[in-house]
Amino acid sequence: MKYLKEYRNSETIRAMAAEIRKISSHTWTLMEICGGQTHAIAKYGLQQLLPDGIQLVHGPGCPVCVTPQPTIDRAIAIAAIPNVIFCSFGDMLRVPGSDRDLLEVKASGGDIRIVYSPLQALNLAEQNPGKQVVFFAVGFETTATANALVLSLAKQKQINNFYALISQFLVTPAIQSICAREDCRIQGFLAAGHVCAITGYRQYRSLVQKHQVPIVITGFEPLDILEGVLRCVRQLESGRCEVENQYQRAVTKTGNTVAQDLIKQVFKVATQQWRGIGEIPASGLVLNDDYSGFNAEQTFNLPAVSISENNGCISGDIMLGLKKPGDCPHFAKTCHPLQPLGAPMVSTEGACAAYYRYRNQVESNESTVSNSTKR
Amino acid sequence: MNLQCPIPPNAEEIIRLGHGSGGEMTQRLIDQYIQPVFDNPWLSQAHDSATLPWKPDQLVFTTDSFVISPLFFPGGNIGELAVYGTVNDLAMAGAEPKFLSCGLILEEGLPLETLQRVLTSMAEAARNSGITLVTGDTKVVEKGKGDGLYINTSGIGTLIGEQPIDPNRICQGDSIILSGDLGRHGMAVMASREGLEFESDLLSDCAPLNGVVAQMINAGIEVHCLRDLTRGGLATALVELAENCGRTFFLEESKIPVCDAVQGACELLGLDPLYVANEGRFVAFVPEADIGLALSILRKATADSSFAAIGTVGGGNSSQVILKNNLGCDRLLQRLPGEQLPRIC
Repeated sequence: MKYLKEYRNSETIRAMAAEIRKISSHTWTLMEICGGQTHAIAKYGLQQLLPDGIQLVHGPGCPVCVTPQPTIDRAIAIAAIPNVIFCSFGDMLRVPGSDRDLLEVKASGGDIRIVYSPLQALNLAEQNPGKQVVFFAVGFETTATANALVLSLAKQKQINNFYALISQFLVTPAIQSICAREDCRIQGFLAAGHVCAITGYRQYRSLVQKHQVPIVITGFEPLDILEGVLRCVRQLESGRCEVENQYQRAVTKTGNTVAQDLIKQVFKVATQQWRGIGEIPASGLVLNDDYSGFNAEQTFNLPAVSISENNGCISGDIMLGLKKPGDCPHFAKTCHPLQPLGAPMVSTEGACAAYYRYRNQVESNESTVSNSTKR
Repeated sequence: MNLQCPIPPNAEEIIRLGHGSGGEMTQRLIDQYIQPVFDNPWLSQAHDSATLPWKPDQLVFTTDSFVISPLFFPGGNIGELAVYGTVNDLAMAGAEPKFLSCGLILEEGLPLETLQRVLTSMAEAARNSGITLVTGDTKVVEKGKGDGLYINTSGIGTLIGEQPIDPNRICQGDSIILSGDLGRHGMAVMASREGLEFESDLLSDCAPLNGVVAQMINAGIEVHCLRDLTRGGLATALVELAENCGRTFFLEESKIPVCDAVQGACELLGLDPLYVANEGRFVAFVPEADIGLALSILRKATADSSFAAIGTVGGGNSSQVILKNNLGCDRLLQRLPGEQLPRIC
């Protein structure tokens, strides 16, 4: 806790905010990539401490939010199969599918277990040889590492009743995709520190050069985030565009090479569908041929699923930084945590959930993203 | 033809459907496991109802059901919870707990040794809180149709003070006092249920609250309202009270005690300690003039020193709970919409 308290020290945070106010002479729109950062910003009211000209908008870094609806529907279909134990992280259970969510399947008798690590799912498979155990492998490079490790363990141990429903995403292609959009208004990025702890940050150099946009690798505590903003604004005010590493206590340039090798051993890069956003080339991971026997989608005879996401949820625009949750006509009216239209309202890291939960703090900032043009 | 005896030789070691038959096995269960543990003249009446001495104009009555997995967790078990939960509900109404009923729903296959441990623990909890178990009931459900053991308890108490303790008595200017640090019970149960291993030994805060409440009332403190902080935690309890009394509560986050072990576990799982369940904590609404005396009583009555005055009641009728954080920013607290679910990463 000592280390957390240091990064939540009110005097240091206020001094950092004062420094940002001092050096800001323009309007800048910055995107925090990770949903964890979004929630920290809302929880601590950081936007209130920043000058009016600096707008923080939310990126596509919530794995629950970007998992496409057909994948949720597949998860629901598998979880409802008798003799299947379906294992998932807790915050996937409330995400709405086409007609119900995993919690409803559980209430109807589906054997759904909340796990805290994929290893728990593998242990369940070993303990229940007469059952088929499916793990919902969702997330970015952070979870891909643990998921790859467990799949390689399952292969070594020849566990033949363990499967994974894969929904893995890569962050860098998503940033690239946002930068390449004609309507992109993002002038600087706060990259997700925990993802970079795995990947390193060399890959951001070409992005910065090509799109002339600063990227600061940033942590998740209030002081981390304000320092990330300060570094970004300093670059923008002085006309620089560089990759900077604010999260030096966890991130190196090359990242965790052991984890990278493990991911390469189990997964291969593929085009990925992002909920609300659409297809992004080379932005996902699927199982390598050597691991195809663990693929839950191939193993279970699943019914065809609808790919319609047209229910009024504007999650795509929110995650691309084009709109804020308050811009949605359904926000806190027909869409709330007990009756969500989309995943961002139910995920622990969802932008809409953050705005709903801490909404008195953000009402003054709920306007559409400013029309400031990209430099 | 199968001529095997239907009652196996080790029939007394686990709960069987026959224990709920109302016949010989039920009577043996009561005689051997329940009656000796809760021995008192009212229970010994062995009648359909207990006949109790009473002043008819001061009754406080409550009921609660207890369903928890695992049955035993660090710092407590379902039996203690079942007694303290009902005792605390009576205490929160300003009542001195008197008599308790206990309904046991047992799942076929439950080891009798487990039942005995739970009952012994209930008896000790009842002694600790001065309540007497005077009547009860036992049912057995088939294997797979229960979670080992469910308990329902109902309690009767007598009002201590002359004024009722009620959300409608909360006044502008009242201080909000929290009796101890938050989240120990919820995180201890979660760690135990999910097999999570934290570096610290986190124990449930499960405890009776009637003693300290009686001391506050008997000391002449004008206690306007009390609420224990069970499911939904501090935040949900305060939101409910704010809506009930139609006033706004202002809290200061820096004054709300959360121990490092709970804070660390919540950080790890993405949970908010303000919403985590407690079983031995309450908030009290008292006039500002009574803060010193209330804190002094808490100091003497509790083993730790984490109790604190955490906020005040404002005027108006906005029915909100506003938390000012350490940076001076406001946050509107809301009810927990559903179960808190741990996050992915």
